[in-house]
Amino acid sequence: MKTLRQVGIVGYGAYVPMYRLKASEVNRVWGGVGAPVEEKSVVALDEDTVTISVECAKQAVKRSKINPADIGAVYVGTESKPYAVKPSGTIVAEAIGATPNVSTADYEFACKAGTEAMQNCIGLVGSGMYKYAMAIGADTAQGKPADALEYTAACGGAAYIFAERSSETIAYVEASYSYVTDTPDFWRRAKQMYPRHGNRFTGAPAYFKHIIGAGKALLDEAGYKPEDFNWAVFHQPNVKFPINVSRMLGFTLDQINPGLVAGNVGNTYAGSTPVGLAAILDMAEPGDRIFAVSYGSGAGSDAFIFTVQDAIEDKRGGPKLSSYIERKKYVDYSTYLRHRGQIIQ
Amino acid sequence: MSVPRYWREEVPRYRLQGKKCKACGAKYFPARPVCTCGSTEFGEYKLSETGEVVTWTVIRNPPMGYEKYKPYMVGLIELDDGIKILSQVVDVDPEEVSAGLKVEAVFRKVKEDGKEGIIQYGYKFRPVVE
Amino acid sequence: MRKVAVAGIGLIKVKEYWDRPIGSLFQEAAYKAMKDAGTNKIDSLYVANMSGALMQDQLNMGTVMADVIAKPGLPATRIEAGSASGGVAFHEAVKAVASGYSDCVMVGGVEKMSDVLPEVVTSSLVMSEEQEYTAYTGVTKAGLSAMLHRLYLDIYASPEEVGMMAVKSHDHAVGCRHAQYPFKMSIERAMASPMEADPIRMMECSGIGDGAAALILVPAEDSGVEVAGSAVATDYCSLAQRDDPLTFNAVKTAADRAYKMAGVKPSDINLAEVHDDYTINGVLSLEALGLVEQGKAAKLVAEQGTARDGKIPTNTMGGLKARGNPLGATGIYQVAEVALQLRGAAGDQQIEGAEVGLAQNMGGIASICAVNVLRRLA
Repeated sequence: MKTLRQVGIVGYGAYVPMYRLKASEVNRVWGGVGAPVEEKSVVALDEDTVTISVECAKQAVKRSKINPADIGAVYVGTESKPYAVKPSGTIVAEAIGATPNVSTADYEFACKAGTEAMQNCIGLVGSGMYKYAMAIGADTAQGKPADALEYTAACGGAAYIFAERSSETIAYVEASYSYVTDTPDFWRRAKQMYPRHGNRFTGAPAYFKHIIGAGKALLDEAGYKPEDFNWAVFHQPNVKFPINVSRMLGFTLDQINPGLVAGNVGNTYAGSTPVGLAAILDMAEPGDRIFAVSYGSGAGSDAFIFTVQDAIEDKRGGPKLSSYIERKKYVDYSTYLRHRGQIIQ
Repeated sequence: MSVPRYWREEVPRYRLQGKKCKACGAKYFPARPVCTCGSTEFGEYKLSETGEVVTWTVIRNPPMGYEKYKPYMVGLIELDDGIKILSQVVDVDPEEVSAGLKVEAVFRKVKEDGKEGIIQYGYKFRPVVE
Repeated sequence: MRKVAVAGIGLIKVKEYWDRPIGSLFQEAAYKAMKDAGTNKIDSLYVANMSGALMQDQLNMGTVMADVIAKPGLPATRIEAGSASGGVAFHEAVKAVASGYSDCVMVGGVEKMSDVLPEVVTSSLVMSEEQEYTAYTGVTKAGLSAMLHRLYLDIYASPEEVGMMAVKSHDHAVGCRHAQYPFKMSIERAMASPMEADPIRMMECSGIGDGAAALILVPAEDSGVEVAGSAVATDYCSLAQRDDPLTFNAVKTAADRAYKMAGVKPSDINLAEVHDDYTINGVLSLEALGLVEQGKAAKLVAEQGTARDGKIPTNTMGGLKARGNPLGATGIYQVAEVALQLRGAAGDQQIEGAEVGLAQNMGGIASICAVNVLRRLA
């Protein structure tokens, strides 16, 4: 898919809270062995998806050097809205000074809600409707105690401001693609605290089918091969899945390594692909081409091709994602439960 | 917990937005209806988002509504533009805080009106992340 | 302006009165005061109460207490100025008599803190602060005091020297019949007590107690105890808006006005009842009152300068720390204690030959202060 006028990213910001839970600590409590990640991020007592979104959004605005009042849309993709009814986006828009001439909404599509918001922003800016549009993917994901997801369900997010491609944009969108089927591999019913999942059914018919479906379609449409890209990022619910899917699509470990943060951050759900993309933008050079494919249960994938521009050198000041990842304090399991509101809500 | 009281302070609390006296230039946060010089004419003033801890304490027995966050730190912070502000200091242990610690504003949850009421957000400060 | 005298004093012991309602405490103090004054012909009533709205769901406290003492028809009002309610109410009552409008005023303070849980008391204390930008941080009154305490320790004194403020208050409460905690407390015990709001320790904080105190004011004649000076002053509420948070300007201003009115200097003061709800606030009050140079109060306290035989006997019946701090009643207790001293009726607590004494009562973190100077008449 391509827009009528070309669209680029004019600013981005990514954030991961400072607390970490080691997988070994989960094993200590539940007697498990092995783990899909080394450790995962845990929110502070006073953090939620809205505060994470504001943190990313403020950084994105600062780096973009635009007037936040010119932002026409603020969309927050998440599956951990603090309010069931009341938009997160209004709080974010108010906090960054984008109100009142702005459209906001919260997007829900499991782990691809953030890239769904990006896809929409690209379309809206591409149509000329908005000068700037901000998409955020952020989550404080729920993992049921003793469930396999408890190792990985993490928190973090990233924000992207889209604008018409110009010398001010740091990377432009060459093309994008969305691929969706009705595949119930993971869900959370209304008013339930924790999601349920189909275990191994989340693999081949879900994660792999959709990422490969979207990825191949976009490569074909754009006429690129995996070796035409410097970097790639795939949704990272753990470390193994993105490595396997990149192999299946023909990408190498070197291409995905800079954006593969799940091992030390966990799965940030709607934040996952946007956060991985931010890690790549933190180190990419002008001219680099980036392939990004998200995955959201339910199920679907959004795929994007970005080409990095010169302006990136001037627009990625302030702390990099790695500063937030390295700024960490380990918590034990009971403190983790406390931070997650599972002792006192 | 009053929704209008929260709502009307959103912009100053979310964005650290203060006022500047048009007569004498004094800067205020929070806004005041009358400047110490007597003027009632003010313009908008955006506060610095970084500063230094002047003094601080650890709240171990909090007021109602703040219990689940205890213990937490509150400090008197002097911003880079000279304005002093009271704020929670987060993402740091008490033994790591000292006078002169460089801090930056962050947007955090302050309290919640039970499980059914509104969630109140605002500024807090944390050590500067480089 | 007429001279005003304290003609009647009524106090009850500060403690937890589980089995009595707030009105009963007020009634007992009021009747003691009227009996002491030898008259029940009061013509107006001022009730100092800080937190009845929160702790007893009770407003209109003036009327309620007029009712309690079975005096319908009496003009009555409640005066609230945070924990300075007592001192401020006394000041207003003095004005009523001085102006000639009233001839026999009862000013009483009452607070019943044991009716609520400690966290409600904590919330109530911080209600004296500006709510949207100070209380919203989750700070407590102990926390605000603690920030001053830390600054003071950085510049002027050791934790033990400041902690001695509490030790001395306890020393002075021994044998005092209306004191809540009439026992000694060592500095070691104070310094080993848990942190309340770092660096303030629990044994440096006044506690929770119920109390009532009442005074009868009449035009002064040739003998007794006169109100020589009475003043109230305010400051910016937030510590963040004060140039030097270690200077209590409200205390300074109120003291200067009261001294001027009384025609005295700080060195003329024979005893002082100061607002030591937290040790640091007592220390900073001694300095702002001009009784000690800035930065020297904690050292003076540690060197026994505020002892009964010291340079400036302070908190002679235990202060807020050991007599107790029943909020709205506290300021009335302080004036009553000074009056007892000047009458020579302080028993074991007596400061011999005391002629001029002061009571300093503040609300918020010294955002309001009442200073009342009493003098013994011939």
